[in-house]
Amino acid sequence: MIWLDFLKAFLVGGAFCVVGQILINTTKMTSARILVGFLLAGVVLECVGVYDYIRDFGGAGASVPIIGFGSSLAKGAIEGALENGILGAVAGGIEAAAPGIAAVIFIAFVVGLVATPKTK
Amino acid sequence: MNAPDKEYLALVREKMPKSKHLTTVFRAFWTGGVICCIGEALNVAYSSVPGDFSSDDVAALTTITLILMTAILTGFGIYDKIGAYAGGGSIVPITGFANSVVSSAIEHKREGVVLGLCSNMFQVAGPVIVFGISSSVVVGIIVLIFKGAFA
Repeated sequence: MIWLDFLKAFLVGGAFCVVGQILINTTKMTSARILVGFLLAGVVLECVGVYDYIRDFGGAGASVPIIGFGSSLAKGAIEGALENGILGAVAGGIEAAAPGIAAVIFIAFVVGLVATPKTK
Repeated sequence: MNAPDKEYLALVREKMPKSKHLTTVFRAFWTGGVICCIGEALNVAYSSVPGDFSSDDVAALTTITLILMTAILTGFGIYDKIGAYAGGGSIVPITGFANSVVSSAIEHKREGVVLGLCSNMFQVAGPVIVFGISSSVVVGIIVLIFKGAFA
């Protein structure tokens, strides 16, 4: 039932975006604050063990929103601490997030060099 | 004839913010949902590629692909147009994070590559990475202290 997975991803991802939009509409939060809020929510939900259930249910709907980035950081830190002690505790989070962060930095650098800024 | 008009305008003013609220929430919902469905489709595609990809590897490849797609759309100025329609639907997914980095990079390019592009690309994403990595280190150390409880 692959279509059910898509429906779940749509509903879960859409629901996170609705929360973000309600924050935009009702508070004066800038996008940086909203992203940080979602990220920290993901860290907390991962630590209390709730995000595993959301990820199992929502698939990409749980991993694509920035809250999933927070949860994978926390997951990496927990696994690192359990397996490699103090070094794992310090490096585990960024190790889990490394592919995404490296890709963002490299791709943004290349696109930034190539693209022309629009004149205001 | 003026009185009903005023009443009508007052009514409109009363109704407007609410309907705007509903419209933006609906737009955020379906656009965010669609972006996550693209992610789901990429997950399905990378899972079927021969090779030993764990579920974490698949998620990482999907993230990188979404970042690349967003960067290209941002470079052509298309993601900003999507964002004007989608609001939160374009900010909350990882694509919003990528967009913030790429658009800052492009915006500050004219101030130079090193001092403009490179030093300004994390204007929005910087706090996210600082909070993300700091909180993960705190979590790691807490787990280290209470190791027995998590094992």
